[in-house]
Amino acid sequence: MSKFTRLGNQLYTGKRSIDFVGRKWTWYAISAVVIVAAIVGLSVRGLNMSLEFTGGTQYTVTVSGSASQSLADKVRNAVGDSGVEAAADPTVTTSGAHNLIIQIKSVSTSENNTVLKTITSTTGAKADDISQDHVGASWGKEVATKAIQGLIVFLIAVTIFIAVYTRQWKMSVAALVALAHDVIITVGVYALVGFEVSPATVTGFLTILGFSLYDTVVVFDKIKENTKNLRATKRSFAAACNLAVNQTLVRSINTSIVALIPVAAILWVSAVQLGTSTLKDLALALFVGMAAGAYSSIFIATPLFVQLKAREQEVVDSERRAAQRAKQVDPYAHVPSFAEGMEVEDNGELPVEADQPDPQPFRGRTAPQTRGPVRDSGAAGRPQPSRQTRSKRAK
Amino acid sequence: MARKTSRPGRTLGVFFLVLAIAYGLVALGGSWKPELGLDLQGGTRIMMIAKGHPSSDAMKEARNIIDQRVNGSGVTAAKVTTQGGNQIVVEIPGKSRDDLVNEVSQTAQLRFRLVACQSTCATSSTSGSSSGVAGTGTAGGTGATGGTGATGGSTGAPRAALGFDHKATTKAAEKAKAKKKQQKAAAAATPTATASAAPSAAASPSASATPSTSGTPDQKNDVSVDDAVAFMNNPPADQVTKFDAYTCPTSGAPTVEDNPSQPLITCDASGVKYLLSPAIIEGTQVSDASSGIPQGSVSYVVTLDFHSAGRKAFADATGAIAGTSQLFAIVLDGQVISAATAESRISGSAQISGSFTQDSASALANNLKFGALPVSFDKENGISHTTVGPSLAGNQLSAGLWAGGIGLLLVMIYCLIYYRGLGVVVIGSLIIAGASTYAMVLLLSKSAGFTLDLPGIAGLIVAVGITADSFIVYFERIRDEMRDGKSMRVAVDAGWLRARSTCLAADGVSILAALILYIFGAGDVRGFAFALGLSTIIDLVVFFFFTHPMIKWLSHFKFFNRGHRLSGLDAEALGVDRITVGGRA
Repeated sequence: MSKFTRLGNQLYTGKRSIDFVGRKWTWYAISAVVIVAAIVGLSVRGLNMSLEFTGGTQYTVTVSGSASQSLADKVRNAVGDSGVEAAADPTVTTSGAHNLIIQIKSVSTSENNTVLKTITSTTGAKADDISQDHVGASWGKEVATKAIQGLIVFLIAVTIFIAVYTRQWKMSVAALVALAHDVIITVGVYALVGFEVSPATVTGFLTILGFSLYDTVVVFDKIKENTKNLRATKRSFAAACNLAVNQTLVRSINTSIVALIPVAAILWVSAVQLGTSTLKDLALALFVGMAAGAYSSIFIATPLFVQLKAREQEVVDSERRAAQRAKQVDPYAHVPSFAEGMEVEDNGELPVEADQPDPQPFRGRTAPQTRGPVRDSGAAGRPQPSRQTRSKRAK
Repeated sequence: MARKTSRPGRTLGVFFLVLAIAYGLVALGGSWKPELGLDLQGGTRIMMIAKGHPSSDAMKEARNIIDQRVNGSGVTAAKVTTQGGNQIVVEIPGKSRDDLVNEVSQTAQLRFRLVACQSTCATSSTSGSSSGVAGTGTAGGTGATGGTGATGGSTGAPRAALGFDHKATTKAAEKAKAKKKQQKAAAAATPTATASAAPSAAASPSASATPSTSGTPDQKNDVSVDDAVAFMNNPPADQVTKFDAYTCPTSGAPTVEDNPSQPLITCDASGVKYLLSPAIIEGTQVSDASSGIPQGSVSYVVTLDFHSAGRKAFADATGAIAGTSQLFAIVLDGQVISAATAESRISGSAQISGSFTQDSASALANNLKFGALPVSFDKENGISHTTVGPSLAGNQLSAGLWAGGIGLLLVMIYCLIYYRGLGVVVIGSLIIAGASTYAMVLLLSKSAGFTLDLPGIAGLIVAVGITADSFIVYFERIRDEMRDGKSMRVAVDAGWLRARSTCLAADGVSILAALILYIFGAGDVRGFAFALGLSTIIDLVVFFFFTHPMIKWLSHFKFFNRGHRLSGLDAEALGVDRITVGGRA
């Protein structure tokens, strides 16, 4: 753990730095592969919509004894294991004292018979005790339309919010691209795994939207801070952004761990212990979405933002200055300074090591930059008085 | 700022006080378990069978309206489905929600009509007025109203009975009621009716109301205001006959067929009967409805806003009766709720006043806002309700809670290892956030009908991650500041300023999401948005009023500000040579 902390320190000071911004094409390529896989999965397998969306068949069973919760659980398991795909995740409730209501997706006649047989054998009810009905979708088009409407308004509002908060509309664009990235991946994984899309899943997707943007905003906040005074920090814009990501990296990792642990626990328990459940649908959406959200805010949103800004004059200037500074060689770098135990020849001539590169660590003196703005450290929490030359002082 | 942060103890104290008050309220409420959702504890299942053969579009629309009604408060999480072509099934969490059965099946057909006659009917034209008095005289013995009718006759309009008549007419009506209990059908055959019918029939050729009633069926719903005004001024003879013969039932709402294109004879709650013109405005024209006590008033009113067509019709109607003492009536489900005069042309919103309580006013407003149902249900045997069990297997809740618990434990362990001493603050904050959330959930269960379903529970567990992020941002900031060589006490303040803005921005996004999804969402989405907003706000509150003061307070201890090895702020963890120690520390 302390190693991790040390890594955090090095990332903060810039001693160690992962080049997130520079190697953007690598990250883009990784995402592209995943997204293509997701889209392929989506178009080939499609989404497995639950009966809340599609409607289905409802069986009302009058049982001879009392309709207890344990009987409902038993029927749920039996119908779920009956081998009929549409009945894989049935909804079973007790209704009144003597009725069971079983809802499954629409089935063919032969499948219907299988389900009926399962119900009769589990409950002991006769065929006459079962009535069959068609149920409509409780999550109709209208609900979905409204949710999408809300989504669009939300996206517009968030775009404006980020643009106003950071004063850079390009951050909004980058954040939205990252968001789309997360949603496509999550939906794709859903299609690939074949989990059912239920209202709980939609809820999970909505959580992802919030989480993805939340994560991006935190990283962008640091970028905003680091690039506020580019001239003073003497970094190029891209380098400043990269440093910001590195500085928030520890936080990103920690947050992801903390957020994903409970979700992973739910996913594990529900998928392994329970088999089919609403809980599983929700947990998978959350797990994939949150992981993608953490990834995209670092690997997609930030490089994209830097790319979007690359043409701006201010950014171009900062690059130029940084390049200039890199070329600038410390004029005193190779002037030897005296150190204790230094080899000095008697005749006063210095030993000449013409061709050999100096294996010794750098011993020259580091000359201070000739000029550069002096910043307030802010440690005192208030601006410090400064003494101007006499000619500039207020009379 | 400085003043606030310099007294962390006080902030903490106030915070705990508020939390204690919240729990006090919970204790007053008396239930320590939140209302669980339909999937976890079952609920009431209401099955409604529509009359006739409604189209599937009408059923869908009805489904949506009912969904809006039961989920109007956004947190009930009721489930509404159509079934078998003509049934609507509503499942509401909680065992004893019988009160909702009425509200759900309430048809709430609201119409605006003009009042042709109130209590008594004097036929309009001057020539027929004397015979009109004779007619009403036989019906109820109301000589006084006959007088009013005569004065009204001079202006060419039948005046509605004025306030002072009310008692007399009601008494008269009661007398008549005592005589014959049957209403319409029986009354039509009585000799008094025929007696009054003759003179008004003589007057009817001048009345232009007949074409208006016959012209309505091809229009979809309401007649034009002009036709209704014509009807009001000159009610056709056959309607007057029926009206005279009609008596109000002694108790309860009148059972009348409320056909919008036909005139209507009905009563209000106090038993005053009305002859009303065909409807000029339908309930579907209502765009918004709200209830409240207007300034300078003492009783509740329901305020209505119309869509543009309805607004125009309302303005025209009030314009037509402005200045006269003629009335327009607001009719809900065939019963007159209120009849009012208009001082001038009203082009804004309408107000319904009456003897409302807060509950009845808001219930009416809700009914009106969420529109009239396109289908009607047979009240007698078309509506049934039973109790249903939970739809999730019993082990899912416990499994979910176990998983959440294990996850939380792991999170806490991780925080302790990584942040050491500061990890205690994380754990404390999480516990406090959990306690606050639980209190809020309990309070909202009680007051707003908030129910906790499985997605809700999962949502709250997930919120743990988002909540913990606030602390992580803050701690990393403090460490950053200390790496820059500030002492802990300075770093806490400087880090706070920066972490605060970051968290406000990030949580702002969450709150925005919650707000918009709540406004636009329906069904499950609303409930989820509510939970998301709640946990985000609690996160902010805990962050501001617990975590920060706590860190502030801890920064006074040498254990932390000298960078003890276990404090999480030691030199090695920060990667610096030595911890800068502030002046007085």
